[in-house]
Amino acid sequence: MKKWSSLALAVTLGTVLTLSGCGGNNNAGTEATTGSNAAATTVPESSPEAAAQQDTLILGRGGDSASLDPAIVTDGESLKIAHQVFDSLLEYKPGTSEVQASLADSWEVSADGLTYTFKLHPGVKFHDGTDFNAEAVVFNFTRWSDPASEFKFEGDSFDYYDSMFGPDGSRVIKEVKAVDATTVQFTLKQPQAPFLQNIAMTSFGIASPAAIKEKKENFKNEPVGTGPYVFKEWKHNDSITLDKNPNYWKEGLPKLNKVIVRSIPDNSARFNALQNGEIDLMEDLSPDDLSTLEGNTGLQKIERPPFNVSYLGFNFKKKPFDNVKVRQALNYAVNKQAIIDAFFSGQATAAVNPIPPSLWGYNDAVKDYEYDLDKAKALLAEAGYPKGLPDPVTLYAMPVSRPYMPDGKKVAEAIQADWDKIGVKTVIESPEWATYLDDTKAGEKDDIYMLGWTGDNGDPDNFLYTLLDKDAIPGNNRSFYVNEELHSLLINAQKETDQTKRSGLYKQAQEIIKADAPWIPLVHTTPLLAAKANLKGYVPGPTGTEYYSEIYFEQ
Amino acid sequence: MNSYLLKRIMVLIPVLIGMTIIVFSIIHAIPGDPAETILGQKATEQSKQALREQLGLDKPWLQQYFNYMGDLLQGDLGTSIRTKTPIAKEIMPYLAATLELTAAAMLFATIAGVNAGILSAWRQNSWFDYTAMIIALIGVSMPIFWLGLMEQLLFSLKLHWLPSIGRMDQRNPVESITNLYVIDTIIAGQWGQLWTVIKHLILPSIALGTIPMAIIARMTRSSMLEVMNSDYIRTAKAKGMPQFLVVYKHALKNALIPVLTVVGLQTGALLGGAVLTETIFAWPGVGRYIFEAISSRDYPVIQTGILIIAFIFVVINLLVDLLYAAIDPRINYR
Repeated sequence: MKKWSSLALAVTLGTVLTLSGCGGNNNAGTEATTGSNAAATTVPESSPEAAAQQDTLILGRGGDSASLDPAIVTDGESLKIAHQVFDSLLEYKPGTSEVQASLADSWEVSADGLTYTFKLHPGVKFHDGTDFNAEAVVFNFTRWSDPASEFKFEGDSFDYYDSMFGPDGSRVIKEVKAVDATTVQFTLKQPQAPFLQNIAMTSFGIASPAAIKEKKENFKNEPVGTGPYVFKEWKHNDSITLDKNPNYWKEGLPKLNKVIVRSIPDNSARFNALQNGEIDLMEDLSPDDLSTLEGNTGLQKIERPPFNVSYLGFNFKKKPFDNVKVRQALNYAVNKQAIIDAFFSGQATAAVNPIPPSLWGYNDAVKDYEYDLDKAKALLAEAGYPKGLPDPVTLYAMPVSRPYMPDGKKVAEAIQADWDKIGVKTVIESPEWATYLDDTKAGEKDDIYMLGWTGDNGDPDNFLYTLLDKDAIPGNNRSFYVNEELHSLLINAQKETDQTKRSGLYKQAQEIIKADAPWIPLVHTTPLLAAKANLKGYVPGPTGTEYYSEIYFEQ
Repeated sequence: MNSYLLKRIMVLIPVLIGMTIIVFSIIHAIPGDPAETILGQKATEQSKQALREQLGLDKPWLQQYFNYMGDLLQGDLGTSIRTKTPIAKEIMPYLAATLELTAAAMLFATIAGVNAGILSAWRQNSWFDYTAMIIALIGVSMPIFWLGLMEQLLFSLKLHWLPSIGRMDQRNPVESITNLYVIDTIIAGQWGQLWTVIKHLILPSIALGTIPMAIIARMTRSSMLEVMNSDYIRTAKAKGMPQFLVVYKHALKNALIPVLTVVGLQTGALLGGAVLTETIFAWPGVGRYIFEAISSRDYPVIQTGILIIAFIFVVINLLVDLLYAAIDPRINYR
């Protein structure tokens, strides 16, 4: 008996551990099976009760929140919920990455770019009935910036604050001061051009100081803000329930009485639940299910604007990839459109620049290296490799699925076939994700690596400086690409406060990057959502966080 | 009997300590840095370093283990790195959800499996026997993922009989007291909700219970066949006892011991191994909780989660052993 139990125990343990290794692939294999079978189904006609209850939205998403306090998280799933409960001083205009007024009605910037004065919306109250005012803003910013804050609870780390406004020791914000009840003034140590973009991030949603003091470490489970919805209940890995904030300071909002956000990890199961009327809106529709969706009149397709980029990066530490001709040659030898058709069901656009076209500062004038094998061969010959590269190239392909790259290995295989035609042999390697990130950061094993990025704050700086500047070595610049001219452009753009001038600088930067070709930009993907046909008012946002306050159901 | 029980409980201690060592070693042998996986590419080096220090990951391996054991002995189950919430608090609803699903699945598996096994043995080599055993064979090798999605397609999308996911109707939520919704709805006297909760249980418990059902059916059959050929059964038949009573009263009692063992082991296995079912049916259970912790290298959750499941597992085994004595008077623990 004892032998039996210990053996079985070992098997159980083994199962759990092995599953962790293969979990990511589960979806891919099964989706195709359901797609065709479900083609003929429609949403069941709603019963009379259901019609009366159309003031409740049930949304299905793949993951659960890690925490409900937006200041201590960086993952999209957590921020999505926080976005309904909290307001920031500024917000992004729905569907764009443009900044507009929110809790702050207006703001002024001093000529030297060091002082920002925000006029707050008067009469706003937190969900717990306490007043929102300048003191509350100061309290929140102090909590995030003071490493010794008594409101930094066990396990808390304010990562977005650190990465947007500088880590402790090199903070950008020198002081936050309440001038009067509705005026708050920020003093910076040095000008920071994306400052307003940063302030608008969900992570910097203003929380009720009274609630933080009272709930302490439990605040992350029971958040209190000023947002359109009041937090009601969180059943972990199952659902989060939000109720309407009847005293919301924006007139007439929110339109729904209740929002329930459910975690349904499997893409096919989530789509099944939508078709069965158990949820009203789903995130991350698999492109394979698109035809089923389009055949169902009870449902509608929603596209999120692409706000990401996936790319192949050359490792400058490895020869011959320090040679620009070789990099350009390989750029000419990738058939992006074929990849989009084959692996993205068309739900992507070919990437030309490192930033997505929906972002301001995008340079339309830059033309892509078109797919042209003859040009590629000619460039290789110019670089001294008329017969192709002598040694096989180690190409790192992502082992996990990401919104910007659902299946890295398949895409890598397609590129491998293309490069083979110009005499470049490729070996694809795909170690486990955590190892993958370590290896590419070190740059010792990979010649070329695949990676991607989703924008955080709607500023080109968040792509160009974060990924391609020499300051990002070691770190996110895994190409070890150094260009001094680019560096000074990007640094100037950070200090410049005039957006038109900044836009010009970023356009120049994109030209330099195009010529240097440190990457092969691959695609910008369009994440798909699906909803009941009568759901209205949902404006998909590029960063993946949307307000649910404008959503309603048409009767 | 009491001294036996005490002895068995004493034996549990080294087993559980052994578990902590195994789990701890495996977790720390997997490559990958929790600071990197949890905080992600967006976090700064400084906050990653702070997290490593806070978790004690910069300390030597042995010291980390003893710190962990020290906390454990003081009743501190640790705090999740990802959610920053104490595990002892967080894990209860997950355990309840898994317990409810496991109970329903095992109820289905045992009732269907034992009866199929008995009938197969009773009518050995009949068409029923062959069919049942072929179904059992298919059942053992059934991919749960596929079965679950097919169930959803047929019973939810085509027939609209049953809900496809979750534990209850979110538009009419159950007030949770014990987190076992069947019990909660009974306490509240909400019979309509009870029916809804049961409807939500049907598809996942069939998906989860299919493999154990098949194993139980095969075990019952072979065990019954052995008993059916023994002398006392022949005597019972000879004295003209109704067939049904011979089979279900006399034979089953003796055939049940190996079956009980399998039921116990399978129950334990389902408690920790229901990740796939929990994923397809969006069931917020403990399997998915630990599975997600592994992907994000949430060490404390993996350690504590597996330890708790291991603990339940050994307790179930102990209970099964004690049940033997209740069923078979020849077994007497001293």
